Amino acid sequence: MGQTIVEKIISRNTGKNVRPGDIVTADVSRVMLDDIMMPFIVSKFREMGFQKVWDPEKVVIICDHLVPASQVDDVRAYKISNDFAREQNIPNLHTSDGICHQLMTEAGYVKPGDVVFGTDSHTTTYGCVGAFSTGIGYTEMAAILGTGQLWMRVPATIRVRITGKLPENVMSKDVILRIIGDLTAAGATYKALEFCGDTVENMSVSSRMTMSNMAIEAGAKCALFAPDEKTAAYCGIELTEEVRSLAADPDAVYDSVLEYRAEDLVPVMACPSQVDSIRPVSELIGTKIDQVFLGSCTNGRLEDLQAAAAVLKGKKVAPFVKLIVTPASRKIWQEAAKDGILGILSDAGAIITHPGCGLCCGRTGGILTDGETVIATNNRNFLGRMGTSKVKIFLASPVSAAKCAAAGEIVL
Amino acid sequence: MGMTIAEKIIARAAKKTSVRAGDIHTVELDRLMSNDGTSHLTVAKYNNLKNPRIADPGKLVWIVDHNVPSDSPKTAASQKVMRDFAREHGIDFYEGAGVCHQIMLEKYVCPGELIFGADSHTCAYGALGAFGTGVGNTDYLYAMVTGHSWVLVPETIRFNLTGKLPEGVTARDLILTIIGMIGANGANYKAMEFVGDGMKDLTISDRIAICNLCVEAGAKTALMEVDEVTLAYLKEHGREPKACFKSDDDAVFAAQYDIDLSTIVPIVAKPHFVDNVVPAKECTDVKIDEAFLGSCNNGRIEDLRLGASVIRGRHVAPGVRFLVVPASASVYRQALEEGILETFMEAGAIIMNPNCSVCWGSCQGVIGEGEVLISTGTRNFKGRAGHKDSFVYLGSAATVTASAVKGFIATADML
Amino acid sequence: MERFTGKVWLLGNDIDTDIIMPTEYLAFKTIDEMKPYAFSPLREDLAAKIKPGDIIVAGSNFGCGSSREQAPEVVKALGVKCIIAKSYARIFFRNAINNGLLLIENDELADDVKEGDTITVTVNEKIEYNGKEYPIVSLPDNLVEIIEAGGLVKAMRRRNGLD
Repeated sequence: MGQTIVEKIISRNTGKNVRPGDIVTADVSRVMLDDIMMPFIVSKFREMGFQKVWDPEKVVIICDHLVPASQVDDVRAYKISNDFAREQNIPNLHTSDGICHQLMTEAGYVKPGDVVFGTDSHTTTYGCVGAFSTGIGYTEMAAILGTGQLWMRVPATIRVRITGKLPENVMSKDVILRIIGDLTAAGATYKALEFCGDTVENMSVSSRMTMSNMAIEAGAKCALFAPDEKTAAYCGIELTEEVRSLAADPDAVYDSVLEYRAEDLVPVMACPSQVDSIRPVSELIGTKIDQVFLGSCTNGRLEDLQAAAAVLKGKKVAPFVKLIVTPASRKIWQEAAKDGILGILSDAGAIITHPGCGLCCGRTGGILTDGETVIATNNRNFLGRMGTSKVKIFLASPVSAAKCAAAGEIVL
Repeated sequence: MGMTIAEKIIARAAKKTSVRAGDIHTVELDRLMSNDGTSHLTVAKYNNLKNPRIADPGKLVWIVDHNVPSDSPKTAASQKVMRDFAREHGIDFYEGAGVCHQIMLEKYVCPGELIFGADSHTCAYGALGAFGTGVGNTDYLYAMVTGHSWVLVPETIRFNLTGKLPEGVTARDLILTIIGMIGANGANYKAMEFVGDGMKDLTISDRIAICNLCVEAGAKTALMEVDEVTLAYLKEHGREPKACFKSDDDAVFAAQYDIDLSTIVPIVAKPHFVDNVVPAKECTDVKIDEAFLGSCNNGRIEDLRLGASVIRGRHVAPGVRFLVVPASASVYRQALEEGILETFMEAGAIIMNPNCSVCWGSCQGVIGEGEVLISTGTRNFKGRAGHKDSFVYLGSAATVTASAVKGFIATADML
Repeated sequence: MERFTGKVWLLGNDIDTDIIMPTEYLAFKTIDEMKPYAFSPLREDLAAKIKPGDIIVAGSNFGCGSSREQAPEVVKALGVKCIIAKSYARIFFRNAINNGLLLIENDELADDVKEGDTITVTVNEKIEYNGKEYPIVSLPDNLVEIIEAGGLVKAMRRRNGLD
């Protein structure tokens, strides 16, 4: 009987022919530790009685949620990150280079077939390059640092097939929002999502990243794309038979299959305050807005900034509306500067911050107050996520967000 | 008897032919600047007045710059009050476009004007020959509603600058030297006037840095004569002087100092007072956690160019955070165009959007317990940049950048 | 089997981690400092009202969202005896187990129970409320092992020969 992508990855990792529901112990290829969790990870690591991390090369520490520091205690996480990296000879430390998930893929820490854990729920992102990756808590991370292993249950897979050409102004963000709306916020809990079809085959790795990133919003454990030429080019590896064969077998067994025709998809938004509360933008037209946030590990990449710049070129952000742009990484910022994208956005009146999590994690970067409405390209619109519980957060694609910024209200 | 520049500007605003230091006069304001530090309080007081109205909304400029982008619901609520009020009353409004004083100097300030700003560093406007002074929000409200206020005409301390600053020494070092010389209250209630041959080599950016910091000596305002450099700046920004004043030969000064610019060296102000100055070279044993290049004092293109020239091809020291924050959107844009921001990015700096940032000690680049910051900001008061038990040193753009590279306080010639 | 009775706090579906422990307070040094802010976006006064031994009953997808382990740790620190929800998000589930916070899955109770009422739980067996019994499905063996060790930290300490 054939296997899905996730079953193949876990089988290769464990040397067993696994099936959904099997409980296995995996050897971890790489771990991602983020600043906000570092104090807790290190303290649990010590409490558990470990002295040395199992393999310093496999550990990546990234400061992003708290960069730049907005509260006096924030710098404690930097210090603990720096000290722990030095003490354990961990070579991979990023203190202000951008968002963890962007750096994990962009800097080549993750390759197809890897098993990766991170102390952040959006660790599902790395499925964009055909890796199994998922978020865990700090206690489990401490245990991995000591042992290099973690138990997990092999998830059943929901296959999502999308075929055809996406209409103009429909981005991969609209696709994943629609899927989450259909699955609901708990619809993929404990399961893997597997995306296939010529629509996703034609997408850039960046666009795929948006989709694997948001899979957690349907509760998914991981979200995978079969590695192809684009993956190989992105990861700087050769597309060997071993890599290519991570693709699902034709006779793989799925929990369920969702089918979409790309031509049927339209720009959508997730309405306050649930990510699965999806409505077509056409039904929201005229809603007044106060702020637009373009950024995050979901949509802070070069192609996202380019899409927004294409909309905003020669235009101005509407009066009394703020457009906050937070590129996902230092490299993206640099590319966008070279490309003239930052110039266009700056001319339009955008507030461009240093790369990092920014407003998405709700600590600084454009916090709002009662009665305000924000259009945001990130991944969550939970109650209170970006300020008070009376802030309305609509999640949208970069194109939709940029259009709203220019109009001062929701427009198509 | 002759008048000083300060007296002449007040005489103009009071519609008198002559005023004397010590007089109190009712004056008409040319411009009223307010920022998100206090505007919401002004609005609250305004709304408590009976049938309030604004004398001339066209004279008001409101700028959100202290916490941008906002870092808490409370800040956001204050800013919303300000934004809604500005919108309702047709007040010129900026949000995220830069530090208030920089925006005022780029877009509004004209020689001869009398300007109230609800911020102490309003004295920066003297760089363009305008009398700018900081007021509290009650004074501001009165001026906003009536168009008038009262001022006590200040005495003037005159600084006669000669010679030229040595290579690697900046206007920032000069003004820190002066503040150290006269003390943090050395110019209380007084105007500080800068004249002399040495002025001709000081750019507008240098002059802003000098005037801006005068409040740290207690000055009510700082003033400079309008010259070719000023006129060129105004022309570039599409403005004309209202009135160009010079102090009369027989004007009376409270004190006069002669300063030979060639004697100035790189200076830092040690915690926790701006007048606690020493040569920067005496502080090279101080390890730093963070460096900040920005603020209304030193966040202009000239400062960024200087910093970039220091850091080009080098990298921020491990474990050190180096925040670079252009003072305005136009500075940001220019620095982007010139590849300066790219130089800082390449070197590992954190580049934030134009705003008060670390100088104001909230929302970004906050320092923690026991940490040391070297900053081009305006103040090094205890707790100013974050934790109450932290330490702020002030220095020039060159010194700050060199320190970011070294990881301890350093001057550019040490690289 | 352990048996206990507790007062119910009733919450809805999709109680996310940003509600349980908002990001603003996430970098506090200790869980104790975070405690007062638990559930604050949803019900500002709830953390102050919860007493040790109380039980949270909720709808589906409890703990969805972020991987922040501060969420279950804070709930445990408030003294909540257990959570009974229709379903849990998986990261929250693992984090709770690893901290020895008991989670029970039950489809019906949340629709029947009223806030402030008391219920009786017999671990791995049943919930009793208003004369009705609700069965509890038992956990997989590997999770029982972690819980029996007293959480993952203790399990690792044992592995490292410390306890």
